[in-house]
Amino acid sequence: MCLAIPALIKSIDGVEAEAEIGGISRRISLQLTPEARVGDYAIVHTGYAISIMDQEEAEETLKILREMASLAEEPG
Amino acid sequence: MRFITEFRSSELAAGLLSQIRLKSRIPARLMEFCGGHTATIFKYGIRQALPATLEMVSGPGCPVCVTANADIDKAIALSQLPGVIITTFGDMLRVPGSRLSLQEAKAGGADVRMVYSTMDALKIANENADKSIVFLGIGFETTAPTIAASILQAKEKGIGNYYVLSLNKLCPPAIRAILDSGEVRLNGLICPGHVSAVIGSHPWGAIAREYHIPCVISGFEPVDILQCVSMLVVQIEKGEARVEIAYRRGVRPEGNLEALKLMEMVFEPAPARWRGIGELPASGLKLRGEYQQFDAELAFDIVTEPACEPEGCICGDILRGTKVPQDCPLFASTCTPEHPVGPCMVSSEGSCSAHYLYGGSLAG
Ligand code: SF4
Repeated sequence: MCLAIPALIKSIDGVEAEAEIGGISRRISLQLTPEARVGDYAIVHTGYAISIMDQEEAEETLKILREMASLAEEPG
Repeated sequence: MRFITEFRSSELAAGLLSQIRLKSRIPARLMEFCGGHTATIFKYGIRQALPATLEMVSGPGCPVCVTANADIDKAIALSQLPGVIITTFGDMLRVPGSRLSLQEAKAGGADVRMVYSTMDALKIANENADKSIVFLGIGFETTAPTIAASILQAKEKGIGNYYVLSLNKLCPPAIRAILDSGEVRLNGLICPGHVSAVIGSHPWGAIAREYHIPCVISGFEPVDILQCVSMLVVQIEKGEARVEIAYRRGVRPEGNLEALKLMEMVFEPAPARWRGIGELPASGLKLRGEYQQFDAELAFDIVTEPACEPEGCICGDILRGTKVPQDCPLFASTCTPEHPVGPCMVSSEGSCSAHYLYGGSLAG
């Protein structure tokens, strides 16, 4: 039940925002994430953004995992 | 979809799996607390893909499953009161209480409505001034701030006919209860990602230290889970016991301070009943005195008969990790997702439903 999905914030109107989740536009509440900005990916749970995705951390994690995967491919 | 597909990459998963196979020597049992993790693990066949040294057990992390029957009975009793509209997240509808489910109550004429968000429940309250709207406050720390936010909004906007039946639960006390009981020996914890997005990593750090058990916070995609397992294996092999965040894109060590602030404003810790575990002190949330007017428990005279568990159902043992669904004589015979006997078969995050849908046959 704690599932939450990344949604791209398109526009902000007070404590609410228009966000895109998998191509579908949804109205979400930013009451728990006042720091949200247009262009952020919000992690949305039951209509509320509960966290703003740290895109740099995401890229960093992926970079490390890709390196690990390419090492695994090399024989020996 | 960005930040989803990348973390489903089979190439990255393969890289992590080979790391895990390479490093894991000490036999270890890992528990995923969260039902969302259980669903991912089963859907992607992660259990079967791990080396024989690693055993995975599911924990009690499904808010629907851990709701005690006595509390479901309360919700049903509320739905029978004149002028009451019950609003709830979908999964709760089909959970059998002692005598009825909410869905059956609805078929019998009760006004029970499924909502996606507390904002929808507030809207219903706004549009039905002559009715009392009760929201069933089910959920962990991920959901509690959204319920707190709705109560603050109701107060601000003067919505006097909105009430919450607070059945919210806190995760760290439940994990402590499982570790204290010693019923299952555990060597590592896969900690819930979105609960931790709110509470941060410190509560798990305390558990890691006190119980000397590695704790790693994971996201919900298959690559997230494998990364988490790989980090746990490294700690286990080194004999370490720390908290680490694998899900760094979503979780900060301090959590979400704004969400914690709202939660703290509206709620205070209270004892809560957990299915299978029993009553645990300070593991639930009740409304603070200033917000009493929104407390369904105080606003209505809720009369229920003594609760009883569905006959033969062993959900309680499964939630503690001491039994698996296949141990239940009703599993897949009398009890199926179409006709669930217990909550673990209703919720998509329940262990019985995960075993039923994805079984043990998927590999890789
Ligand atoms: S299979 Fe059904 S009856 Fe058995 S433990 Fe699971 S939910 Fe309960």
